[in-house]
Amino acid sequence: MGSNMAENHPVGFRWPMQAKERGATIIHVDPRFSRTSAVADLYVPIRPGSDIAFLGGLINYVLNHDKWFKEYVIAYTNASSIVGDDYVDAEDNGGLFSGYDPKSGSYDNASWAYSGPPQEAKEDASAHTGHGMEGTSPAKHRPARDETLQHPRSVFQILKHHYARYTPEMVERVCGTPQSLFLQVAEVLTRNSGRERTSAICYAVGWTQQSYGAQIIRAAGILQLLLGNIGRPGGGIMALRGHASIQGSTDVPTLFDLLPGYLPHPAAFKGDDTLERYMRESAVRGGYWSNLPKFMVSLLKAWYGDAATAENEFGYQWIPKLTGDHSHISTSAAMADGKVKGFVVFGQNPANGSAHAGLQRRALTQLDWMVAIDLYETETAAFWYAAPEGWKPADIKTEVFLLPSAGPPEKDGTFTNTQRLLQFHDKAVDPPEDARSDLWFLYHLGRRLKELYSGSTNPRDQGLLNLTWDYLPGRPNPEWRIKDEPSDEKVLMEINGYTVADGKQLPDFERLKADGSTACGVWIYSGVFPGPEKNMARRRTRSPDNDVNPEWGFAWPGNRRILYNRASADPAGQPWSERKKYVWWDAAAGKWTGRDVPDFPAKKAPGTPAKERGSGIDLHSGSDPFTLKADGRGWLFAPSGLKDGPLPTHYEPLESPLSNALYERQDSPVAKRFPRKDNAISPPGDPGYPYIVTTYRVTEQYTSGVMSRWNSWLSELMPEMFAEISPELAREKGIANLDWITVSTPRNQIECKALVTQRMRPLRHDGRLIHTVGLPYHWGYKGLVKGAMANDLVALSEEPNVYIQEDKAMTCSLRKGRLR
Amino acid sequence: MIDAYRRMMNIEQPPAPKAARGFFTDTSLCIGCKACEVACKQWNQLPADGFAMTGNSYDNTGHLGATTWRHVQFIEQAKANGSGQDQRWLMMSDVCKHCANAACLEACPTGALVRTEYGTVYVQQDICNGCGFCVPACPFGVIDRTPKTGHFEAGTAHKCTLCYDRLKDDMTPACAKSCPTASIQFGEIDELRANARRRLGELQARGESKARLYGMPDGQEAAEVGPLHAFFLLLDEPKTYNLPEVPRLPRKTMAERYGWSAAVGIGFALVGALVFGRRG
Amino acid sequence: MAVEQAGGQGLGLIGRMGMAPQPISRESVEKKPRIRDADRAVPSVCPYCAVGCSQLVYVKDRRIIDIEGNPESPINEGTLCPKGAATYQYLVNPNRLTTVRYRAPHSDHWEDRPLEWAMDRIAALIKETRDASFVERTPEGKLVNQTTAIATLGGATMDIEENYLIKKLFGAGLGVVSIENQARI
Repeated sequence: MGSNMAENHPVGFRWPMQAKERGATIIHVDPRFSRTSAVADLYVPIRPGSDIAFLGGLINYVLNHDKWFKEYVIAYTNASSIVGDDYVDAEDNGGLFSGYDPKSGSYDNASWAYSGPPQEAKEDASAHTGHGMEGTSPAKHRPARDETLQHPRSVFQILKHHYARYTPEMVERVCGTPQSLFLQVAEVLTRNSGRERTSAICYAVGWTQQSYGAQIIRAAGILQLLLGNIGRPGGGIMALRGHASIQGSTDVPTLFDLLPGYLPHPAAFKGDDTLERYMRESAVRGGYWSNLPKFMVSLLKAWYGDAATAENEFGYQWIPKLTGDHSHISTSAAMADGKVKGFVVFGQNPANGSAHAGLQRRALTQLDWMVAIDLYETETAAFWYAAPEGWKPADIKTEVFLLPSAGPPEKDGTFTNTQRLLQFHDKAVDPPEDARSDLWFLYHLGRRLKELYSGSTNPRDQGLLNLTWDYLPGRPNPEWRIKDEPSDEKVLMEINGYTVADGKQLPDFERLKADGSTACGVWIYSGVFPGPEKNMARRRTRSPDNDVNPEWGFAWPGNRRILYNRASADPAGQPWSERKKYVWWDAAAGKWTGRDVPDFPAKKAPGTPAKERGSGIDLHSGSDPFTLKADGRGWLFAPSGLKDGPLPTHYEPLESPLSNALYERQDSPVAKRFPRKDNAISPPGDPGYPYIVTTYRVTEQYTSGVMSRWNSWLSELMPEMFAEISPELAREKGIANLDWITVSTPRNQIECKALVTQRMRPLRHDGRLIHTVGLPYHWGYKGLVKGAMANDLVALSEEPNVYIQEDKAMTCSLRKGRLR
Repeated sequence: MIDAYRRMMNIEQPPAPKAARGFFTDTSLCIGCKACEVACKQWNQLPADGFAMTGNSYDNTGHLGATTWRHVQFIEQAKANGSGQDQRWLMMSDVCKHCANAACLEACPTGALVRTEYGTVYVQQDICNGCGFCVPACPFGVIDRTPKTGHFEAGTAHKCTLCYDRLKDDMTPACAKSCPTASIQFGEIDELRANARRRLGELQARGESKARLYGMPDGQEAAEVGPLHAFFLLLDEPKTYNLPEVPRLPRKTMAERYGWSAAVGIGFALVGALVFGRRG
Repeated sequence: MAVEQAGGQGLGLIGRMGMAPQPISRESVEKKPRIRDADRAVPSVCPYCAVGCSQLVYVKDRRIIDIEGNPESPINEGTLCPKGAATYQYLVNPNRLTTVRYRAPHSDHWEDRPLEWAMDRIAALIKETRDASFVERTPEGKLVNQTTAIATLGGATMDIEENYLIKKLFGAGLGVVSIENQARI
């Protein structure tokens, strides 16, 4: 669901295809009958934007039919935890949870907390942004529990109540999915889950690019926890990420709200005035995140070196503090308003790859200067003379630099793939002429800036001046033409971490200290370079007797391939079944063992009771597998950490032809809209925009096209922009295959050719036929092949937790003919 | 006399025959990714053929040609408003069949087209004079001449070489190596045929009633062109994939239509047998 | 061994139409895969999606002559998708940028500029914008040490080391807060 794996991860799909040959069932739930659907055992159509209704339907089915994995759920999830008296579920409040403030459009999550003795440290979900929320805890530790699950305020009963109306009939009504097909999915999924069998759910941006994307993934998480499919081989929820190291750029975040390793970025509005306060607010008493001060201080030591001392808060004040939402979408809006002066773009193409591409292009005209770095001339670099708006270059002030960069075989470096695997690529040749690695650009830019600021005594410049910046190799490799290339491995060694006193590489993150004696750039990557010449990401050894292949690359954390794999054994530490044996307790040796690195304290016996006092995972028992969670349990109900509710709830997309059949509340109460004149959003059921429109990729092209539309072998395979429409819609509009059509939203309109196909099918909702228009978004105005940009149609909007736009479900109108 | 002729004509002794190699393309495993098309173009450094959308499903390649040696076909089958169960999107990576009785090879007057030691059919570019006889001869429409302005010497004939260069170093042909889902399998023909029979049995047992093999020695499609060294597992009738039920050899067609030309053909064959018969 | 004997008559001047190999040309005899003489095969990782397929980059005389899937990899076992299979042309391509292109304010054309000049100019502009826009304290007196006048947007096909230096230089060094990435898109 939410992924078209065969098309967008064809080699990854090698493995489901092999599993299918061995008897596995592949189910594809998707608005379009794609190449994945073609080889799936079961294709299930769904209306874009209705995923939570579908997953909620499955949760309801599992609970109603008693298909949940009882021992697993009781021992490993928070099903038995009791939620406080003040909690009001969306079911009883028109689709809103308790704590909603309509004025600010946000929740106060105090009432979502477990009941139980209060914990001393204050916890507030709204204080945590972005991925860093993973580590946040419930407001009160050690919840009261009822292992019979009968307590009316137990998570289990709340869950039952919340999803009771998500029936097969409701799924059909909301999703357009025939009940019979929905029930087939439910049966296959439950039949293939339990002690002997596991099922995996794969998703991609089909889920994340919705105004409640994080909640869709949460719904899958609830379902998989109920079925016992987390932490076990063949189970899980797989994020199929779209770029070579997009996981890496999330872990080592070039994201505004995070510091490396998912530490929350200090923010003025959270009151992170001092390091001590930041660490107190961000650390969690229970669970592994209690170690946050060690990670933070080690990061500051890696960045500021000797200048980071206990006296100056290890340089904490040199790190800028957030003052609001500085995400890409918000920054684009600010840029369009002339508030951003300089922009550096590395291998990125917002002029046709980002939401509301027309606004993005206009934003670029407001800059004083822009640096674009790429292998090819991008639409972003060329906006001033080639944009479809037809601006006169003389009217555009922006000073533009376009720097040629290097491809992976032209430099050393590490990618982190979609399964958290770090793989090193070796330099094979020098890049051509003046092309350089981004590492070269960054190193030499930093060197120049340090020179420009040298001698400054202004406090604001001291962070830059104190940055450790020693990356040139001891001796340049004589083989290469470029002699001043920084050493990539030196950077990776800093990422791994070292002891400050002797500079020795750290073996893993367990050795990190909060006293300034260790330095570590990215704590979760510690262990990737545990000694000189020991680059674990460069390991390329297959293990014929272990399909986990632990010696190929390095997976974070600590080379664990399956997270929370303690859950692959039962509470007593024995495999749930011989077939699904993965990690287990070896009583004779007194330690955890198995095919993977156990994601659990190596010598903590299954029967170890949780400690009453102390901190960290000592507060967990030997059968609490979810070590990052404050209570060690998988969260069916999220008492904190999410800004849009403790339980996934079906809302309509911001633009929808339908009204919400489940609740009075139409759409996400906390998704961020950008109410600007140039960003109009159609109201629900707007007759002017009656069709759903969704955007996506095809196998033959790549995102905005910079890496594929200059490539003749790929361009010839998908040469032109097109819209996929059903024969029914084509008939209604008098459109023939390959006719020019114009697709419009309140933001913009584009022209392209129609590809009329029965793979696009209208769905019936309450007797009404709803059409979906499909738009790939690969084309632009540079490259060997050019075409209209689907992102011109997309609105600026933000999912409240991760600030991603909604482009998987919008509404549009469509007519035959060209723009003019 | 013959030796002198051979030297003059740039003819070497034939290499010792080896186990016949070929492709088994199992369309039931194809995800239509076109990795085969690109891997082929990359290895053989073939140019793109142009940038036009055909509107025929996701097939913008259209057909095999002088600079396109793999072609993934897309066949959409669905009933309007049907449920998911009666909808299919068939995909099939087409390629030169490397026929046992190759019509192109028969038609070639210069000896450019040869049977290699691997049992494959190969166009020797240093011999081909661009006469084009092979092009209409192929019952599958595979072999093609390069246009006047093109990548290759103008007018010369080209098609899949089954990576003749790679075979010499025991390397898998580029398309089969890249195929993510093992839809294209490369190997010794005997093994491939055994795999194909087993695979057909599996699919039939799963209820794929229309599944069939195309190009096996016992198939009617082998009646004239012989077994195919690039053969297929199909999920529908051959015509669904634009494959002839019974691919014809031009000489046979001619014989049926014009009895006299058959006699000429036999005459030529006799001459051929007299000149080269020793090397059977 | 399947050396088949099939029909033997035909129109060819030279060839005997069987399954036995025929006399062939010198070029055919000498035919060989171009990577036989490669100087080395360098392990790499595909630059496209996040599956992380391993590639082998064949190099001869300091030039890339071929890129294929690495059969040793447990991820892709030598296979690649069409984009991965096209990596060669991603790198060896006449349309690639090889020089710094510069467009002056209000100009209607690109001009080539030396790399060192561009680096100096970019550093100077960053300093100028930062110094003009830097905010040490909010109106309420909170220490924030930031600038919102500079933004970065980094691709997700860059190395983790590069991302690390972006965050370190622009964030920890310069006080830029809008450091963003494709991961958000």
